[in-house]
Amino acid sequence: MTSMRRRLLLLLAAVLLLAGLATGVVLHAAARADRANRPQTGGPAVSAGKLTLDQKSRLLFVNAAPGPHRTAVASVPSRDPKAGRTAAGLTCARFYAAAGTGVCLQSNPGVLRQSNRALLLDAGLRTRRTFPLAGTPSRARVSPSGRFVAWTVFVSGESYSSAFFSTRTSILDTRTMRLTPSLETFSVVKDGKPYHASDINFWGVTFASDDDTFYATLNTAKRTYLVRGSLSRRTVTTLAQNVECPSLSPDGTRVAYKKRVLSGAALWHEYVLDLRTLHETALAERHSVDDQATWLDDRTVAYALPADGTVGSSDLWSVPADGTGTPRLLVPGASSPAPL
Amino acid sequence: MYLTDRSTPQGADAEQGRGRGPGPKVAPVVLVLGAVSLITDVSSEMVTAVLPLYLVTTLGFSPLGFGTLDGVYNGVSALVQLTGGHLADRLRNHKLTAGIGYGLSALCKPLLLLAGSLGTLGCVLALERTGKGLRTAPRDAMISLSTPAGKQGRAFGVHRAMDTTGAMLGPLAAFLILRAAADGYDAVFGVSTCVAALGVLVLVLFVPGRGHGAPGVVEGEQPVRVREALALLRLPRLRALACCAALLGLTTVSDAFVYLLLQRRAGVGEEWFTLLPLGTAVVFLLLAVPVGALADRVGRRTVFLAGHAGLLAAYALLLWAPAAPVLPPLVLALHGTFYACTDGVLPAALCGIVPERLRASGLALVGTSQALARFCCSLAFGAAWTVWGDGPALAGSAAGLLGCAAVAGLVLRPTGRAR
Repeated sequence: MTSMRRRLLLLLAAVLLLAGLATGVVLHAAARADRANRPQTGGPAVSAGKLTLDQKSRLLFVNAAPGPHRTAVASVPSRDPKAGRTAAGLTCARFYAAAGTGVCLQSNPGVLRQSNRALLLDAGLRTRRTFPLAGTPSRARVSPSGRFVAWTVFVSGESYSSAFFSTRTSILDTRTMRLTPSLETFSVVKDGKPYHASDINFWGVTFASDDDTFYATLNTAKRTYLVRGSLSRRTVTTLAQNVECPSLSPDGTRVAYKKRVLSGAALWHEYVLDLRTLHETALAERHSVDDQATWLDDRTVAYALPADGTVGSSDLWSVPADGTGTPRLLVPGASSPAPL
Repeated sequence: MYLTDRSTPQGADAEQGRGRGPGPKVAPVVLVLGAVSLITDVSSEMVTAVLPLYLVTTLGFSPLGFGTLDGVYNGVSALVQLTGGHLADRLRNHKLTAGIGYGLSALCKPLLLLAGSLGTLGCVLALERTGKGLRTAPRDAMISLSTPAGKQGRAFGVHRAMDTTGAMLGPLAAFLILRAAADGYDAVFGVSTCVAALGVLVLVLFVPGRGHGAPGVVEGEQPVRVREALALLRLPRLRALACCAALLGLTTVSDAFVYLLLQRRAGVGEEWFTLLPLGTAVVFLLLAVPVGALADRVGRRTVFLAGHAGLLAAYALLLWAPAAPVLPPLVLALHGTFYACTDGVLPAALCGIVPERLRASGLALVGTSQALARFCCSLAFGAAWTVWGDGPALAGSAAGLLGCAAVAGLVLRPTGRAR
């Protein structure tokens, strides 16, 4: 009996110790999260203000600078990206906008899982419609006309013994509000022949200006392909291999994309592919780029790189699209660039 | 006191189990092991719930490469289970072997924080699975050895219900932490470490060890050799059960595929996808004890086969796929019932078949053959899906399951004294 009593006392002591330790760990993390939401000296000036998608010559992005407007959609003048930032009251994990249409992907902890949703925004950044998402936000795009919106999420399914991942890419026609929940329902033509497989995944859609053609990444049997698709015919056709997250240039002649340089490793280089000749050009960025790039104009692409020393934060960089020059820090503490 | 008195004839044991006479419904050690599993599952499911999110949002992994590792783990885990079972019998110390398994998994939780690349993370997760594989057979053997033959089903039911409770509390705890501390993945891993340590401590303090009337310790016998463990396969009834478990495992589509099928064929909204396993778990949790007790009365093989009939019904519903809102809950209920009828009932059925000194080895043998068969089924099902599509793949599995269940029904039909 005494031995039982001793063991119970030992258990009680351990429970108290471990509970204290666990509380300390959580409080420490909560304090750190709090600090990230306080402005830091030397950081960019961010002020709350009105943002609309009708403005011209502005660069919109998701602000990552510490302070009360962290993760809010913010804007700077395109000519002077180091100027003070104007932040809207809208927070996003991923954002894009074009021609008066915006899309904002949000991810917040729920009760038993992460709660993810996509917001369709009007020109005043007001929510027109909300769509539940199947997983963690990854990419978002709006067609140059503003009519079509696409997003990609990472889906993970858990069970007792297995965890598997896949991507889910959806396309929304904002005129009819018809949602294609998964591009996987489109028919695939691979190397000239119809192709079926259960392991097909799509991600990173980019739209052409004709409101029908789009480009995306298709993954199957451990290979990635650039595909050209037609929204009206609901088909995609493979064009080239080892192309991820394509981004179509404003003139529609080239795509910027990330190319996996080491199979199996998370290492990519940013390239530009000429769609007519299929000639590829390596860009001057030497760091691994894991983003869907955005064209600022027909000569420059912008993309996010992980910020030095801060886990989960990123900076926006730009580089000439012809392989010359050097990367330039565009906006520190930012992601999801969308030029207006 | 936890040892089954081996001099008692089997019939008398069964009588004792049938009557609801005095004495605790389950042995205290079963409750302690259930508590250890509950605590450990809270810890590991906390991590599982946030790991994909952590990989994508914090480490910036492109998650497609991750799924490929999973199949390898399952194969390794099954083989490790065999090792754990044999080691426990050989050392004649189930508590020590299980403790090493729980300890190894607990050590992996803080290591997750240090793993910054896919390679190191893969190693940590593999080590975690190794711990899980090591502890399964000795733990089940302790439950088996501490429970009279007539109450095995209930004892395993109680353990599985506690285990599943932990699995459901884990995600709840993890997302509470993430709400309190934005991006606090390190806090989730830290708390998970503390919880895992508590689980190991409960095991060390409250599961009787060697020489204290511990389950699985039979003094004064020769150490168990590999050859002896292998000779288990010569026991006709064990061989029959192991073969049937493997045969049925070959046509048991993995959970992930069931949820995927449910989503595609029953039109479950994508936003509900991550909640589907919870549906299975709730039904499993609620039914584990009553179904286990039922198995003690009407026969474990009968219940085991009935569980597969439930799975077959779930396949049939998925194939039919009527546009009824009741379809997804019905399929999940059948899936949960399948788990309640099989997960604890199979080890319970081994009690009268495997000698005590080889109990862990026997449990591991059957568990491993079932796990490996299910793994093969996953590979085959994925391939069939690719070639023919989800409908024909499911129809093939259903036909296979029907055939295997018929064979198993014949092989396992109750003989005079078998239960």
